[in-house]
Amino acid sequence: MDNLSLLGDGLLHALSPENLLYAALGVLLGTFVGVLPGIGPAMAVALLLPVTAGLEPTQAFIMFAGIYYGGMYGGSTTSILLNTPGESASVMTAIEGNKMAKKGRAAQALATAAIGSFIAGTIGTLGVVLFAPALASVAVDIGAPSYVAITVMSLVLVTAVLGSSKLRGFISLFLGLLIGLVGLDLNTGQPRLAFGTTQLADPLSVVVVAVGIFALGETLWVAAHLRRAPLRITPVGQPFLGREDWRRSWGPWLRGTALGFPFGAIPAGGAETPTFLSYLAEKKLTKHPEEFGEGAIEGVAGPEAANNASAAGTMVPLLALGLPVTATAAVMLAALQGYGITPGPQLMEDQPDLVWTLLASLLIGNTLLLVINLPLAPVWARLLRIPRPQLYAGILFFATLGAYATNQDAFDVFLLLVFGLLGLAMRRFGLPVLPLILGVILGPLMETKLREALTISDGSPSALWSEPLAVVVYVVIVLALVGPPLLRRLRGPRGPGTPGAVEREKELV
Amino acid sequence: MTETRTPTPDTGRTTAPAERRPDRAQLGLAAVLLLAGAYTVHDATTLNVGFADPVGPRVFPYVVGSVLVVLSVLLALAALRGDRPEAEAGEDVDLDQPSDWVTVAKLVGVLVFTIATLGLLGWAVSGALLFAGAAWSLGSTTLVRDVLVGTVLSVLSWYGFFVGLGIPLSPGILDGIL
Repeated sequence: MDNLSLLGDGLLHALSPENLLYAALGVLLGTFVGVLPGIGPAMAVALLLPVTAGLEPTQAFIMFAGIYYGGMYGGSTTSILLNTPGESASVMTAIEGNKMAKKGRAAQALATAAIGSFIAGTIGTLGVVLFAPALASVAVDIGAPSYVAITVMSLVLVTAVLGSSKLRGFISLFLGLLIGLVGLDLNTGQPRLAFGTTQLADPLSVVVVAVGIFALGETLWVAAHLRRAPLRITPVGQPFLGREDWRRSWGPWLRGTALGFPFGAIPAGGAETPTFLSYLAEKKLTKHPEEFGEGAIEGVAGPEAANNASAAGTMVPLLALGLPVTATAAVMLAALQGYGITPGPQLMEDQPDLVWTLLASLLIGNTLLLVINLPLAPVWARLLRIPRPQLYAGILFFATLGAYATNQDAFDVFLLLVFGLLGLAMRRFGLPVLPLILGVILGPLMETKLREALTISDGSPSALWSEPLAVVVYVVIVLALVGPPLLRRLRGPRGPGTPGAVEREKELV
Repeated sequence: MTETRTPTPDTGRTTAPAERRPDRAQLGLAAVLLLAGAYTVHDATTLNVGFADPVGPRVFPYVVGSVLVVLSVLLALAALRGDRPEAEAGEDVDLDQPSDWVTVAKLVGVLVFTIATLGLLGWAVSGALLFAGAAWSLGSTTLVRDVLVGTVLSVLSWYGFFVGLGIPLSPGILDGIL
């Protein structure tokens, strides 16, 4: 109950007319950028970071919250109307949603996605309100050794469990750790990997890295393979749900939420597993199995809710431990660090106002999303018709503006280009982006904690497993790495080395 | 845009023999990783180890650099054994077409031009040229309109940052006019 009253204070704080304006602006910008083909939520947040640069932390958070949910909702609009999921979590939405759109039920697909996202986002945020402070109060006692272990866990799990090629995942992770090395060594003050320049004596700006890899890398990759044939876009009217649609949607919404939130909250999250599970669950439970694959509303409602609930769930480790588990959360962490705020157990104790305002803003952003986006859906759909040369020129323009505006140094635009080319190469060679971004952000944190732990123990490495929690976490890592291949072997040979989930997913697409 | 997992392009349409060839370009990537790893280790040897710091500034670069070297060897071996990467798909990406590196080179050229002249021309001019140049590289034929749109975007963003956020972007040759 205490949490709820604190949340109430946060709401009061966030609900001033001025702040509501920022929330609305964030939702509009986030949806705008999210709807644009080629831009996912992580890229939307990264591109829009500079816009919040001159704001107070509170207002900036409120805008972030709007951008975060707006970007996600925009992504689902694109999948439904274009059948081209911008990210893996939208694959399931695209399957059924686009079929619905082709049958003339685009309005219902968009409506069930929007309302489902709202419900899941709201329940998910309330879940964060309940769990994050509890986790944080436990986490205050977590020592440096356990922190190192948890960081290793989230890096290893994200790299090894998600994605189809472990080798490429680890290449991406270590490239990220390498990028994270650039800059002054914290203890001795010596520049590492600075190539004798002064600009590289500071750590690389995560905004430049993220915008380079996401926005510029994507633009260059699209340039190399631009689809010349125009995509078919389904026209859309005012979204609404009939009585039958409501009846068939509410169950999937709630089940999707229940599946999505825990997957977001554990530090090996990501939204793709719960959306996939939610799709399978709805397919099993539905009374209209013949509609699945042909545009079943449950197949949109469930995965969309799971996606948003998982997005809310990622705020638990982000706020309570300072651990981002998705690319979007990683960019949000960078944004918070830009304000001199380090999320983690201390933040809840030191600046509770800030945390509660952020949580309240998430609720407000989520509500505004529903209020603003349902009526505006036909307008957003029109964005899909922007000619591609101008669209990507615009993305390039804003990416450059974002990189340049942080320090007003053309060198940052040069770095942007370098990371853009890296992003291009990663897409060409099938290297996943998420491990790299997490490596850039978590690498330095891990090094700091590792050195802290070993300084206390005077260099004895046994300090690393001196805490029970650390031992448990290492066991979990080993189980997660060894378990799946072992299980596969026990169940007998089944296809040459591809994880089952990937196979099934491929069959579905 | 991250971690998109869609079917590999070699399921379906495309002819099998062309797809079965090993992807030699991966050896280039492996070489770059090898160099990056080796340089990281070399760079770390130049650091001084402080006292009362049992880990020191070298350990992390040593680990990261040497693991990268190992990974580069593994990648080279995998590439030689015929392992193919799964290129990322996307909304506007058509992987059935051959790669169009000319367009990429044009875009990179436009960016290099922007980097070289940003300080001199200022954001309002550079940004407009960047937009028009990028649109032209990507195949737009409405050059005049692109220049106009780019100018509106860059001037508006200049004023937006100056008035809205209090950040004066470089005015360049338009100093005193903006």
